[in-house]
Amino acid sequence: MSEILVYSYADETAFELISASKGFAGQLGATVSAALLGEGAGAKASDYFAYGADKVYVSEHPALRDFYVGTYAEALKQIAESGDVEFVLIGSSKRGKELAGRVAQKLDAGAITDANAVRAKDGNLEADRYSLGGNTLASQVITTPKKVISVMPKTFELGPKEVRQGEVVKLDLDLKEPPVKVVERREKAGDKVNLEEAEILICVGRGVQAKEDLAMIEELARLLGAEIGCTKTPASDWQWFSEERMVGLSGKKCKPILYVSIGISGQIQHTVGVVDSKIIVTINKDEKAPIFAMTDYGIVGDYAVVVPKLSEKLKSPR
Amino acid sequence: MDIVVCMKQVPDLQQIRIKDRQPILENIPLVWGDIDKNAMEEAVKVKGKLGTGKITVVAKGSDKLQQGILEPLAMGADEAVLLMDPAFAGSDSVGTAKILAKAIEKIGSYDLVILGEGSTDNYSGVVASALAELLNLPEITYVRELEVEDGKIRAVRNMEESFEVMEAGLPALVTVAQEINQPRLPKFMDIRKAGAKPKHEWGPADIGLSTEEVGQKARRVETLSNLAPEQDRKNIMLQGDHDKQVGALVDALTKEGVLGR
Ligand SMILES: Cc1cc2nc3c(=O)[nH]c(=O)nc-3n(C[C@H](O)[C@H](O)[C@H](O)COP(=O)(O)OP(=O)(O)OC[C@H]3O[C@@H](n4cnc5c(N)ncnc54)[C@H](O)[C@@H]3O)c2cc1C
Ligand SMILES: Nc1ncnc2c1ncn2[C@@H]1O[C@H](COP(=O)(O)O)[C@@H](O)[C@H]1O
Repeated sequence: MSEILVYSYADETAFELISASKGFAGQLGATVSAALLGEGAGAKASDYFAYGADKVYVSEHPALRDFYVGTYAEALKQIAESGDVEFVLIGSSKRGKELAGRVAQKLDAGAITDANAVRAKDGNLEADRYSLGGNTLASQVITTPKKVISVMPKTFELGPKEVRQGEVVKLDLDLKEPPVKVVERREKAGDKVNLEEAEILICVGRGVQAKEDLAMIEELARLLGAEIGCTKTPASDWQWFSEERMVGLSGKKCKPILYVSIGISGQIQHTVGVVDSKIIVTINKDEKAPIFAMTDYGIVGDYAVVVPKLSEKLKSPR
Repeated sequence: MDIVVCMKQVPDLQQIRIKDRQPILENIPLVWGDIDKNAMEEAVKVKGKLGTGKITVVAKGSDKLQQGILEPLAMGADEAVLLMDPAFAGSDSVGTAKILAKAIEKIGSYDLVILGEGSTDNYSGVVASALAELLNLPEITYVRELEVEDGKIRAVRNMEESFEVMEAGLPALVTVAQEINQPRLPKFMDIRKAGAKPKHEWGPADIGLSTEEVGQKARRVETLSNLAPEQDRKNIMLQGDHDKQVGALVDALTKEGVLGR
């Protein structure tokens, strides 16, 4: 009987993948297992069973202390080859994505990363992922005996947690110390925002040149009841925002009722994160900006003038 | 210090038009992957700091590479390896990694292999990891700061919840994030001079592979469909001065029922 093996650095994503895999397992005649790797990982087994894993493989090998892609890939390879694993489903965080390529190479498998939908079909798993930078959505299948798919967090909902038992397989893996050392980890300030669920979203782009101007945008956000997100530049380059607020191909995919873009040109890697918005409003000083092609209501102008006027209007009685 | 940089030519995504949900790729000019230019820039910086070394750019793509390769050479690469045999066409990510690995093995001497965090069109992130596995190299991805010193690299990588400072010995493979640097725009004179730099064109046989082992024939991932999402937008440009425009906007949003929720 073939096996679906789930691994995610973040347990939450693993639980989502296990919940979904239970459904796939029924359709494919497979079982669901999960890999628990690293110090103290074995203690999580009961949660993994509760979401539906039939079996967990546990290794607390000292070489798995810190996540290093090569070592974790080797662990997953040895696990996949010890059982009858056909599918390896990995949570597509940054770590998961780098892991997928390395595991696939080790298993002589094909790989699909950043899947945002997966379904069982004709005895295989079919996955959707963005292609051409987000211009299109490709549906793909892997044709090798073993298959590696990394799946975006929140692609699937958490299933019900039940009191269940499962099989714990303690492994004695053959692993070497990683050739890459983590010498320091600087935690980012936690920013617990859930842009995916925002009903009204304002995004700030590179056209907003002065950090002081965020104050006027924050005021607009308060008046609209909006969350604030951004394109890549204000997050990764300027660090005005945490990357939790970055929207697009390598950020969050949002589907608000109202999306307001401010100083954003409309490059595909950003707009792929907002195409599902119901109404799109754009404020941009360049009437030729590509974002106007996907806009419902557009204003050509300098945000520094338009935004305060819009806020005043929203404050006045209607 | 010998550095190999892997770069991909991609269609200019901003120019892709959609017809009946199908992307139209004919006559779309090719450009270098955004982040691949950061990879080259970083190589040039590392070489500049160490004051010695050789940078080889490796690219698998179409015959448009002949012309396109002048740009990375003008940025500072010393040599180019072009993998544009028609047999290579249609590779998936793992297949691309295999071809790049064979080419890099043939180059022979390399201390550092630099790639982009993701290609501009495919953004799979698979090529670098598969390549690191094939070349058996330590791998550090999503790098935003890089230092190379005394046969070691120290890199800061940008993860979701933290910045991680990593160290590895050489040789090693690194993928860079876009924020690591600002790629230089090559000057006209540099582009002219780039034409004289050595270029090698290698087909499957040159790198020890048969035509059966590469390209479309070696694909492990099959694409069943590839369609653009349906979009239906009003495309109303609000007219008049800004006071008129914001007034019209607030009226429209009120009618749509999205205000005061
Ligand atoms: C592989 C890859 C993945 C990526 N992933 C993402 C992602 O997930 N999210 C993301 O956002 N980006 C992503 N990017 C980057 C993306 O391509 C853009 O570079 C980024 O979105 C920045 O776009 P922008 O619209 O903010 O800036 P720009 O493209 O520079 O546009 C700025 C706009 O502001 C307007 N403007 C300037 N001044 C004013 C003013 N005073 N008033 C009004 N308007 C003004 C200008 O007319 C212009 O249209 C990715 C890129 C790559 C290659
Ligand atoms: N055809 C190619 N030729 C050379 N390098 C490539 C090619 N495809 C991908 N790469 C490299 O691999 C990186 C990641 O690509 P990807 O795995 O497609 O996201 C890119 O940023 C490039 O550095």
